[in-house]
Amino acid sequence: MTTTDAPVPPPAPVVKTDAVPPRPGARRRSEGSVLNVFSHGVLVIWAVMVVLPLLWAVMTSFKDDSSIFGSPWALPDKLHFDNWSRAWTQANMSDYFLNTVLVVGGSLIGTLVLGSMAAYVLARFDFPGNRFIYYLFVGGMSFPIMLALVPLFYVVNNMGLLNTIHGLILVYIAYSLPFTVFFLTAFFRTLPTSVAEAAFVDGASHSRTFFQIMLPMARPGLISVGIFNFLGQWNQYMLPTVLNTDPDKKVLTQGLVQLAVSQGYKGDWSGLFAGLVMAMLPVLAAYIIFQRQVVAGLTAGALK
Amino acid sequence: MQHGKYGFITGFLAAPLGLYALFVIWPFIQSIYYSFTDWTGLSPEFSMVGVDNYTRMLHDDIFWKSLTHSLIFALLLPLVTLGMALFFAFMINVGGRHRKGGPVVTGVRGSGFYKIVYFFPQVLSIAIVALLFAFAYNPDSGAINSFLRGIGLDSLQPLWLGDPDLALWCVMAVLVWSTTGFFVVLFSAGMASIPAELYEAALLDGAGRATTFFRVTLPLLWDTVQSGWVYMGILALGAESFAVVQIMTTGPGGPDYSTTVLVLYVYQKAFRDGQAAYATTIGVALLVVTLAFAAIVMRLGRRERLEY
Repeated sequence: MTTTDAPVPPPAPVVKTDAVPPRPGARRRSEGSVLNVFSHGVLVIWAVMVVLPLLWAVMTSFKDDSSIFGSPWALPDKLHFDNWSRAWTQANMSDYFLNTVLVVGGSLIGTLVLGSMAAYVLARFDFPGNRFIYYLFVGGMSFPIMLALVPLFYVVNNMGLLNTIHGLILVYIAYSLPFTVFFLTAFFRTLPTSVAEAAFVDGASHSRTFFQIMLPMARPGLISVGIFNFLGQWNQYMLPTVLNTDPDKKVLTQGLVQLAVSQGYKGDWSGLFAGLVMAMLPVLAAYIIFQRQVVAGLTAGALK
Repeated sequence: MQHGKYGFITGFLAAPLGLYALFVIWPFIQSIYYSFTDWTGLSPEFSMVGVDNYTRMLHDDIFWKSLTHSLIFALLLPLVTLGMALFFAFMINVGGRHRKGGPVVTGVRGSGFYKIVYFFPQVLSIAIVALLFAFAYNPDSGAINSFLRGIGLDSLQPLWLGDPDLALWCVMAVLVWSTTGFFVVLFSAGMASIPAELYEAALLDGAGRATTFFRVTLPLLWDTVQSGWVYMGILALGAESFAVVQIMTTGPGGPDYSTTVLVLYVYQKAFRDGQAAYATTIGVALLVVTLAFAAIVMRLGRRERLEY
């Protein structure tokens, strides 16, 4: 069965294991159960390997420093909630959270608005240079960002945008556009043209048609690509590391790394673990609640 | 729909295209230009030096080490990650015990649970994952070595990230840990769209599970595997490897340059050593490697597209 143009057998009856001659049947069944035990075992082991480090981090965040180092696997003697409050206030986690929320909020809205505008025009209008602009956007997906970051640092610096929240927002938007345009262009192509044409005949302008007719119709696509961008921007590490070096403006990921470096001197490891878990939990909780949408959003691009 | 079309197109494209050109396209062009200069990045003056940076690069041992490690990442990581993900996805979707009168192919029990759990690392920032594992690898008080002590392997206490022979593999293991789940879910979605009749036919012909996998599942999933391969390779050459190596290893890139990768070397040359022009030269090498990788995978993987 290497090709599918080989004739497909007539609707196959459901195989009845009982009807199969005893010897091959028995063999297959025993091979099957060995495989079953094996496959289940492997699946369980990987599940444990995924969950264990996360649980270990949660557990460690409730321990005091001496037991973190003394017995990493022991349960905490009592729940040290003070680790969490220390991390939130003294270790600036609250600032990092606020900065991240501002940056991601601004970039997400900007990415969706600008991305859908460009994608709509590229998907629905014929004009010279359409394909060129499309490939210009899409090509950005496969280029190593680090190459651009060296001059970008100086571009951003010359514009006075270095170490500012709005500067970071603009850069995030620019680097989120390639995938967003790629995804939404494909999505706008699948939407029916008749509704937009009817609106246009009724006298709606192009931009009104877009904002009042097309955007609401594109909601499922916007949600998918929005989730994709939200996670990418929330978890972004490389862009802020290069472009955002002011300690007061740091976002969550670089703040935590900064914390890990400075804890080497201060020795507040329990506070650091509390910070790590604090950063992990909201995203994990959001994932578990919106599981279906998140998976659809993150895998949508690769399946196209 | 022609009325006022060009005004509308210009109006809608101006902002996104302008932003993209300024922050993405323009820096890319600039960095290729800078790679022929002696720009330090610290002062605005520079002069053209021709291909000096490129000859210097070819004689730079650390560049070759970084290139080797980056190539190992780009080739080995997709192989391990996609291989494991295919195996898990097949087990989850097709590996179930056959029940009398039930469908011919079934997933294992709890397949939904596995898919949810395996996806966890994908939603976490690679920076957080790297920090977490940096602690787990700590030779004295880390979770891994204390686990080994706990099961009586007191003699086996590797230095992990401190051991030049092990550090690269430790870093790679973290990337495998954090990306496998994504591909399990991706391949599961692909496998779910393969019609059950194909499996029934294969089963009637007496195919075992291995045969079914290699003759039915893999060929029909090939497009997804291929784009996953490119995607994973680009990640392994770029952002992901930067984060794990920069956060986890000593130096970063050590010990003794045993974990340095191209993307980290670009960063260090530009923002630590004040050699921006040389950094862009290495960046151009990274660009060439990335594009060559994508082209090779797309070419080698080209097959007749199977319709079903």
